[in-house]
Amino acid sequence: MSKNSVTRRGVLKSGAVAGAGVALPTIFTASSAAAFTNEPTGSSVTLGFNVPQTGPYADEGADELRAYELAVEHLNGGGDGGMMGTFSSKALQGNGILGKKVEYVTGDTQTKSDAARASAQSMIQKDGAIMITGGSSSGVAVAVQGLCQEAGVIFMAGLTHSNDTTGKDKKANGFRHFFNAYMSGAALAPVLAELYGDDRKAYHLTADYTWGWTQQESIAAATEALGWETVENVLTPLAATDFSSYIAPVLNSGADVLVLNHYGGNMVNSLTNAVQFGLREKQVNGKNFEIVVPLFSRLMARGAGENIKGILGSTNWHWSLQDEGTKAFVKSFGTKYGFPPSQAAHTCYAQTLLYADAVERAGSFNPCAVVEALEGFEFDGLGNGPTLYRAEDHQCFKDVLVVKGKENPTSEFDLLEVVQITPRAQVEYAPDHPMFAGGALGSCNSGA
Amino acid sequence: MDAIILQILNGLDKGSAYALIALGLTLIFGTLGVVNFAHGALFMIGAFCAVTVQRLLTLSFETVDPEKTDFLGQPLKVKTPYIESWFGPEVGTAIIDWAVPLAILLTIPVMLAIGYVMERGLIKHFYKRPHADQILVTFGLAIVLQEIVKYYFGANPIQTPAPDALTGVAQLMPGVVYPIWRIVYFCFAVLIIGGVFAFLQFTTFGMVVRAGMADRETVGLLGINIDKRFTIMFGIAAAVAGLAGVMYGPINAPNYHMGMDFLVLSFVVVVVGGMGSLPGAVLAGFLLGILESFASTTWATTTIPGINQIIIYLVAIIILLTRPRGLMGRKGVME
Repeated sequence: MSKNSVTRRGVLKSGAVAGAGVALPTIFTASSAAAFTNEPTGSSVTLGFNVPQTGPYADEGADELRAYELAVEHLNGGGDGGMMGTFSSKALQGNGILGKKVEYVTGDTQTKSDAARASAQSMIQKDGAIMITGGSSSGVAVAVQGLCQEAGVIFMAGLTHSNDTTGKDKKANGFRHFFNAYMSGAALAPVLAELYGDDRKAYHLTADYTWGWTQQESIAAATEALGWETVENVLTPLAATDFSSYIAPVLNSGADVLVLNHYGGNMVNSLTNAVQFGLREKQVNGKNFEIVVPLFSRLMARGAGENIKGILGSTNWHWSLQDEGTKAFVKSFGTKYGFPPSQAAHTCYAQTLLYADAVERAGSFNPCAVVEALEGFEFDGLGNGPTLYRAEDHQCFKDVLVVKGKENPTSEFDLLEVVQITPRAQVEYAPDHPMFAGGALGSCNSGA
Repeated sequence: MDAIILQILNGLDKGSAYALIALGLTLIFGTLGVVNFAHGALFMIGAFCAVTVQRLLTLSFETVDPEKTDFLGQPLKVKTPYIESWFGPEVGTAIIDWAVPLAILLTIPVMLAIGYVMERGLIKHFYKRPHADQILVTFGLAIVLQEIVKYYFGANPIQTPAPDALTGVAQLMPGVVYPIWRIVYFCFAVLIIGGVFAFLQFTTFGMVVRAGMADRETVGLLGINIDKRFTIMFGIAAAVAGLAGVMYGPINAPNYHMGMDFLVLSFVVVVVGGMGSLPGAVLAGFLLGILESFASTTWATTTIPGINQIIIYLVAIIILLTRPRGLMGRKGVME
């Protein structure tokens, strides 16, 4: 008589062990098969566009998104190709990236660091985004750049102007096409000295956060080097709306220049308040009182209305430039949307093309291969003249525009006129410049 | 000395906006017992009434100027406001120039209507609910209203300039100049506040409302429909917020978020003044405006860094600890 030793409990135990045995190699295979985070395996590749869709910079975010959609259309062979036709690198063929159709997902940064990180994380983990790009604030750029470094994806920054993005907070996986506060100071100061003289007393109002601090430090250093004196620097809360209490002390301070280190709504309100207090008609020290806004954007200029006329500032790019790249981009964007692109749109479009081109040249989506392809990359035809993506800090070096609010605009878009195109050599600095010290690029992370 | 006078003027000016918003807030609390977190949104809608009037007055037709080109190299389309073609360039431009004061005519009926619909359609259902429910629903409403405004007008600020005749600065005394429009705003605020007080003090309607604020049940028992009068008061409070907003446009360009910027400060003003106290709201509005102005001076911020950002809340804490009913609040209310 034989005894059957098979029991229900035994079957369950054996099943569990066998199941684990079968599953275990699969788990390891799954992680070891992907050479890097979100390696595309199908016929398409997903990019993550992380822009402010709500909050105070939503209009700028909407323009960034338009530019991204246009870039995707061009990468996939649609439209007129835009700046792909003028780009010095000819690696892009209009057949997607490495033959894979480009698709995209979008996130809303809300111009808040935590929200921006959460949306970037969702796009990486849930949607499989291989690259994150966009944004309209330095605080957001620094936060998302850090996240992308940890996650092993490339971050192509949108509009971020703080020195810190490619200074103390630089990361190997992050790249900035946009110019920075130091470059604004270096480009603007000689023009200010030439137009307003080198014996000036400047009063600074500065937004109390990372961008404001680096902007003020940069413009003060550049103007002081040319003979100006900084009589006062007052930090203003980012949430301030009425700047009258900060403007009133300027009247009797002995200063003859007011520098507004403000952006967005802060800039619109502080400039409006300064004009209300009659500063533009004021004479101090026998000179006309002047107002300077170091960082301009056309969208903000529209918000400031008449007050912007004659005010000097700097910008990364302007649609009225006459190089072939700019003309192609403006034609492409203007035909599709009915108005010219902003500088935010331009930098986002350029960043998308630069990423795609780097992947094509590297022959791989591996972030470390892309980093290698972008480091030290010299290119032209994207609207800013000959440009270098410096290997040491992943900052683009190119010409910087000094602009002025136009006195007699011919249309609602014609708000700024280019006063000078400052050559790249004048805005370059050493990688170990004190204003950019304190951080390390580190090594690239592919997430493997 | 000049600097002190300037900061007092600034404070009165800031205080004007605080007082006007807080007046409406406390009026609603005093009559209906509702904590209305959507009141800042009403201020913002008032400002956008000015934007709307400006856009209506500048509605244009297009003509092509073959001599000039647009950004795409096409013949430039030149916009001419209808109003300029109807009345001639000079009169047309003058009418457009006075868009903000003209907007007052639109703001009053629009805000009265919005206030009426808001109270009848939503807020009346929350009279007997806890204050927390009222705060949640009105805060939600404020977000909805600002998102609607953002959808139609965008997120960027839109300039609504003052008429040319009222721009620039006035020399008040040697060494003290002040923007004309800000003086106009202060005078306008005093006029509106005076008007509301006179309405409540010297009209039968106002007398009944005051009686209702003191003892709602007794007034009801006398056969007076106090609810209807309180609804009208809600509309008036909305109109006061709207007028504060429409005239504020030339000081700071309207944007969809401006209501939220003022909301918290105005609540602090109401709490400091005393919940439900109209004179308290006005007094606290001007007082906190002046304090905030002085706290923003370089001397204050270098002596106590960050004082400009906390001064109002600091005062609120001190008042709540030492006199919970506020400066002029009734004994027993919110104590």
